[in-house]
Amino acid sequence: MKRVAIVGVGHSKFGDRRDVNLPELGFEAVKPAFEDANLTPKDVDFLSVGTAGGWYEEFLPAVVVSEYIGLSGTGLVRCEAACASGSAAVATAYNMIASGQSDVAMAVGIEKMTEVDTLTGVELIGRAGYYTWEFHNFGMTFPGYYALHATAHMKKFGTTEEQLARVAVKNHKYGAMNPNAHLQRAIQVDDVLSSRMVAWPLKLYDCCPMSDGAAALILASEEKAKSLTDSPVWIEAIGISSDTANVSKRAEYASLRSAVIASEKAFKKANVSPDQIDVADVHDCFTIAELLAYEDLGFCKRGEAGKMVEDGQTEIGGKIPVNVDGGLKAKGHPIGATGVSMMVGLTRQLRKQGGKTQAPIKNGLALAHNVGGTGHYCYVTVLRS
Amino acid sequence: MALSPPVRRFKSRPVTFIFELPTDKLTEFWNGLEKGKVYASKCKKCGRLTFPPAADCSQCLNQGIDWVDIQGEGEIETFTHIVIRPTSFMNHPTYTVAVAKMNAGVKVLAWLTGAKLGDVKVGAKVKLAAVQSEDGPSYGFTLIG
Repeated sequence: MKRVAIVGVGHSKFGDRRDVNLPELGFEAVKPAFEDANLTPKDVDFLSVGTAGGWYEEFLPAVVVSEYIGLSGTGLVRCEAACASGSAAVATAYNMIASGQSDVAMAVGIEKMTEVDTLTGVELIGRAGYYTWEFHNFGMTFPGYYALHATAHMKKFGTTEEQLARVAVKNHKYGAMNPNAHLQRAIQVDDVLSSRMVAWPLKLYDCCPMSDGAAALILASEEKAKSLTDSPVWIEAIGISSDTANVSKRAEYASLRSAVIASEKAFKKANVSPDQIDVADVHDCFTIAELLAYEDLGFCKRGEAGKMVEDGQTEIGGKIPVNVDGGLKAKGHPIGATGVSMMVGLTRQLRKQGGKTQAPIKNGLALAHNVGGTGHYCYVTVLRS
Repeated sequence: MALSPPVRRFKSRPVTFIFELPTDKLTEFWNGLEKGKVYASKCKKCGRLTFPPAADCSQCLNQGIDWVDIQGEGEIETFTHIVIRPTSFMNHPTYTVAVAKMNAGVKVLAWLTGAKLGDVKVGAKVKLAAVQSEDGPSYGFTLIG
């Protein structure tokens, strides 16, 4: 397998982007990625587009995006792994280069979620489990699924609603400093606790917003990367796992098994341990999801995640800064864009282009933890500068 | 400063999806609900008990099952009270979803009805039974005691 580097990154503004259509939104991420890499569309020989789709008008979104950014004719695939579709697109482009089939590949993550009304969105994403057995008769919702995990974690470890709220407060603090974030404002614990109930114990401010957005990465082989840049960021390892469609078939609810397996695979392949990671983006679609991630990734012991956020150990200056781009919670979660967006932010961190939210980089290691569905998919990607 | 032109957007042509779900291989399960049974499938070869039921065994890939009624007692492993509902559930009042481990050995996700919210707890004992709802045959939990 050849080494693969990230040589260009681009990111659109996330948020309610009803001002642009799908390919126009993609363009906003792709153009800066080309500028960053000092490349043009003719240099790219493979494009993967990560998007879940279903809530916007285009049925073949990858083709529409590809035409609009001048890549018609190139190798093309659409990747779907629910909320981890972006990481799946990166993994696909990575594999094209690592296997020697491509020299320069692009991964675009994109989603438009605001072309349907919010409750239709709730309807569609509530089906992101097993429609027949969990939605048809029981109307599961996405917050409902993560609420099942929150209830179990609170019971097993004594995690509190205040500790969940602290995840939102931390991520909003950083989101307020990210010009591309959907929700650019700081909030307090009381704002979270007093927000309306969505699915007990999760309240509105425990949940990420429905966002539109796109992010793009340009990947290159080692030879090509060295001719393009003095500061490549290497994709060291990608660990991938999955779990049952029926949440009722899971062994337990205070952890996501797919995240445990994916991270073990990634750490083993990269030959690093969790305590060597300088900065991480984890999948905080709901506040409880970030706490599950700390434990599933081994950033703390089982049951200690609530205390970890309470003690500020995942802020800049703490043991391991997490979601310093605002996370899904404040930056927004256009679901197909998220995995790529994580790697855009982490690449900037490893290049020390993090600006006001730059984390200290000691070992040159960053980690993206991207969950699809309720642990239905998990992609853990380790980056090294 | 020039005034921005008025925003012009248009609506897509509407499309309504209604999928027809096959039940041929699990007819016994759906008929069972109408007769007051909640069946799990049991593989004739390896004996694995599966719920929701499946005609094909995911453990040994054998085709051929027996039906086992799993009604009876279970214990809540986790639950939530769903307030913000999907459009197709807007006519229902808010509802409680629980996952319980049944004494029969499998876990079941279903609505828990007839309980005060404060009485629903992890570890509480529940009874699983077939129910006839306005939406068709289903199954659900009630608290015991």
